[in-house]
Amino acid sequence: MMAFDFSQIGPSLPGLADGMWLTLKLLALAVAGGVAIGTVLALARLSSHRLLSGFAKGYVNIFRSVPLLLVITWFYFAVPFVLRWITGSDTPVGAFTSCLVAFMLFEAAYYSEIVRAGIQSITRGQISAAYALGMSYGQAMRLVVLPQAFRKMTPLLLQQSIILFQDTSLVYAVGLMDFLNTARSKGDIVGLPHEFLLFAGLVYFLISFGASSLVKRLQQRLTV
Amino acid sequence: MNYHWDWGVFFKSTGIGQEIYLDWFVAGLGWTVAVALVAWIIALALGSVLGVMRTVPNRLVARIATIYVELFRNVPLLVQLFVWYFLVPDLLPERAQIWFKQDLNPAVSAYLSVVVCLALFTAARVCEQVRTGIQALPRGQTHAALAMGFSLTQIYRHVLLPQAFRIIIPPLTSEFLNIFKNSSVASLIGLMELLAQTKQTAEFTANLFEAFTLATAIYFVLNMSLMKGMAWVEKRVSVPGLIGSGGK
Repeated sequence: MMAFDFSQIGPSLPGLADGMWLTLKLLALAVAGGVAIGTVLALARLSSHRLLSGFAKGYVNIFRSVPLLLVITWFYFAVPFVLRWITGSDTPVGAFTSCLVAFMLFEAAYYSEIVRAGIQSITRGQISAAYALGMSYGQAMRLVVLPQAFRKMTPLLLQQSIILFQDTSLVYAVGLMDFLNTARSKGDIVGLPHEFLLFAGLVYFLISFGASSLVKRLQQRLTV
Repeated sequence: MNYHWDWGVFFKSTGIGQEIYLDWFVAGLGWTVAVALVAWIIALALGSVLGVMRTVPNRLVARIATIYVELFRNVPLLVQLFVWYFLVPDLLPERAQIWFKQDLNPAVSAYLSVVVCLALFTAARVCEQVRTGIQALPRGQTHAALAMGFSLTQIYRHVLLPQAFRIIIPPLTSEFLNIFKNSSVASLIGLMELLAQTKQTAEFTANLFEAFTLATAIYFVLNMSLMKGMAWVEKRVSVPGLIGSGGK
């Protein structure tokens, strides 16, 4: 049997905070980019233009049927290649940018399904009323439908973002120093890998659990 | 563009015996399927038990299942995998430790860790589906069964579960698909499943676009065929009289 020794966690907290900062930065940018691209995809999917909706459908189907880890690895190798091809120069992009692009494009597929369901849950009368007021399709979407849809789907978007928070730990695959990877390497340096792993798990748990509980409360307040 | 496309790369020799690169993908897919199927069977069994536990009238039993679900849902899968692969073996009695770390083939010990990890992780999700399925049934079903003199066990066995499982086939299908996708984390502890083989092929041949495209295609086809298959099952076992069952 082994005894745990958590005494080294305290002195390592500044370093661990750096890792958490990277995790949160990646999360925030990926959520922002993912929701933006996801909204465009949802609108494309709902449009009457065959080619546009076909593309959006194919995009969502492909990204939803492959593992995130595959996408991260794909982009880690491919993004620098494609950039070199476009710009012609050998500018290093770094793992962070590659991972961010992978997360944005991957999560966009999941967010777009949430946004689509949100838009479809708005009654047809709203669009007809907007048209009757002389609004164009773009105005009706931007001023009438989307604000209501986003309010309805906020809990689901947040829930998906909590899942994304946990999934950011997969950047371990390409060696990015996020919270988990920082905890792993600190643990290895001081020779207490188990303690640091457990601590990392505890932090992830507290944040996810706390955030989920808040989302549940918000959901109750938002339901009419 | 200076990239040299070569789709024939999969039929080239790896330089190891008679193997061609395609063999690596086949072997990788084999591990992926072996992980996902075994983990799924355990997850389905354990998840069903937990799901029932969350709906029984006993507070303590329900509470235990709730804690399980919250714990396994709020810790990242990769952290859980590291716990099962790096930490838990060190907690075992010495004889078991030696067996796990030295006697077992490294591939087998990685396989065992991944299967346990994915099974317990997915069980928490299955539990929630089963609970939702049971709670979606009208209360009258339970009352009618009670009035007929059924015991609690009989109510679950003959009335609630047969219906609940048939309603939750769609969400269970996505969990089944998830387990295939999630099995790719096994590549991070050295199990040579599909993703690990893809990475290895990309590194050996420098034909990374072809390797990753093939892997994407395999996962895509696998998912689509499983989805089609499950849609067929769903149609076969749908509960007559519900809106979803298409006017029977």
